[in-house]
Amino acid sequence: MTREEVRITVRPEEFQHPDSSGEKVFELHDIDVHYDGVAAVKGITMDIRHKDITALIGPSGCGKSTLLRCLNRMNDLIPAAEVGGELLYHGEDLYGPTVDPVQVRKLIGMVFQKPNPFPKSIYDNVAFGPRILGAKDGLDEKVEKALRSAALWDEVKDRLDSNAFGMSGGQQQRLCIARCIAVQPDVILMDEPCSALDPISTGKIEDLMVQLKDEFSIVIVTHNMQQAARVSDRTAFLMVELDATEQNRWGRLVEYDETEKVFTNPADKRTEDYVSGKVG
Amino acid sequence: MASDASVPRNRLAVAGARATTKAMLSEQPRADVIRNTLFAGLLLLSILIALAGLFALVIQAFAKGHSALSLDLFTNPPSTINPDQAGFRPAIIGSLELIAGVILFVVPIGIGAALYLEEYADRSRWWNRAIEINIQNLAAVPSIIYGILGLAFIVRGPLDLGFILAAGSLTLALLVLPMVIIAAREAIRAVPDSIRQGSLALGATKWQTIRTQVLPASVPGIATGVILAVSRALGETAPLLLVGATVFVTFDPTPFSPDGYSALPVQIFNYAVRPQDEFQTLAAAGILVMLVVLLAMNSFAIWLRNRYEQRW
Repeated sequence: MTREEVRITVRPEEFQHPDSSGEKVFELHDIDVHYDGVAAVKGITMDIRHKDITALIGPSGCGKSTLLRCLNRMNDLIPAAEVGGELLYHGEDLYGPTVDPVQVRKLIGMVFQKPNPFPKSIYDNVAFGPRILGAKDGLDEKVEKALRSAALWDEVKDRLDSNAFGMSGGQQQRLCIARCIAVQPDVILMDEPCSALDPISTGKIEDLMVQLKDEFSIVIVTHNMQQAARVSDRTAFLMVELDATEQNRWGRLVEYDETEKVFTNPADKRTEDYVSGKVG
Repeated sequence: MASDASVPRNRLAVAGARATTKAMLSEQPRADVIRNTLFAGLLLLSILIALAGLFALVIQAFAKGHSALSLDLFTNPPSTINPDQAGFRPAIIGSLELIAGVILFVVPIGIGAALYLEEYADRSRWWNRAIEINIQNLAAVPSIIYGILGLAFIVRGPLDLGFILAAGSLTLALLVLPMVIIAAREAIRAVPDSIRQGSLALGATKWQTIRTQVLPASVPGIATGVILAVSRALGETAPLLLVGATVFVTFDPTPFSPDGYSALPVQIFNYAVRPQDEFQTLAAAGILVMLVVLLAMNSFAIWLRNRYEQRW
């Protein structure tokens, strides 16, 4: 099937969440990303399974975040970015000509590196997603449900009207997760969600990820190898590759397997060196 | 693990570090102290010179005009025969109507232009950069030029409104529009990209993101810019003289009446050019009224900025 033959618009209301585990949520075939013609990642081929936590690890500049942002078309916001190759989402071409990136992002949510709550009340932060989707009734229930799912309800139920900027960094990040859950996405992408947080907040978010796995597929980019080992089911290790002149560098997928195998018995020497702390 | 050979080297390093610290903490050379004091004094002098003009104006206006300060100033129409009872009523009403028109015009257009430039314009295109530079230049065009523009295109020419207050409003609006655009752009730019990305990542469209996140977060900055622009419009005299703010009006002006209108600075000018002492006093009192209004507006703008400014 060529790309031209695909004429499917992804719409949340028509979309049925498949629940058979082991199913592929994303299929990446030979994905390249260029910024202004300069390659950031090259030749990424991998399948991401439904309702798994998939971790992307690797040294700085290996294109983990770039790859993650392909998955919900956040790269579209950078005019110079160009995504090549084929990216299927539940078998449908995510970059097909009729696919609306706005609809894609309703299904595939994202949590960012630095907590980015809106300068509004806690309630309005969580209600923002349902509101833009047109929800008017049952907002209170939706907000409560999302905050409970993000393990934040008990901490904030008495101050839903206070500004989200008054929360701690860890709470803000869980609020961002709650905000994302409130849209009821299919996939949650997390771009180093704990890198700005202390170990206790990090622990809470890791526990949360494991809980959320029952409902959502999660793809997480992390610098922290222990974190990948603790929470993820499968781990992809990316590495920086240089060309002969050593002028240009891009990310390349080195190994992708069950997390346990990647950390205990990696197939590639480079993976072993990285996860054992010899390089990186 | 220190081997025997490394011990003297460590001592040497420690001694070196101590010497450096001691040198850095020693007393400042006298020449430096003098230079610093002298420089700080020069900077202070610059501020004093800047403020001296304002103080001279306030003191002089107060000394001359305080005797005429009374409620009559606000309630009575001007008079050439009877300076004791002359006031600024039509001019004050005219000024209020003028700035109301300015606000109606500059707020939507200024915000619209700023949103286009900040959120939509592709900076890599030369025409967008040209627009930007031109808007910055427009803010520096002398106000009399806008008066001529208003006369040619608004009073006469394509719009052909005649010498009415609304034409004055439009002229002043054009004059301050670049200021509003620049202020609104700065306010919009101050909203961090992480907020836009957070909103877009939830499936909001670009317009939803702008309407529900970017605009509300930049309202305090935009409002501050609008108030400062309006206080500039309030003080403008030259363009108004060209677009029909006739110098002598004894009735309350209305926006579309062809009978003419006046404004506070125009009326002050009118009193000030008369030779009699009574009118000089009236002009000084008018200056005081206007200064109070302008300072109040600017203070409100500063308060607004400090109160609602979002710290990211």
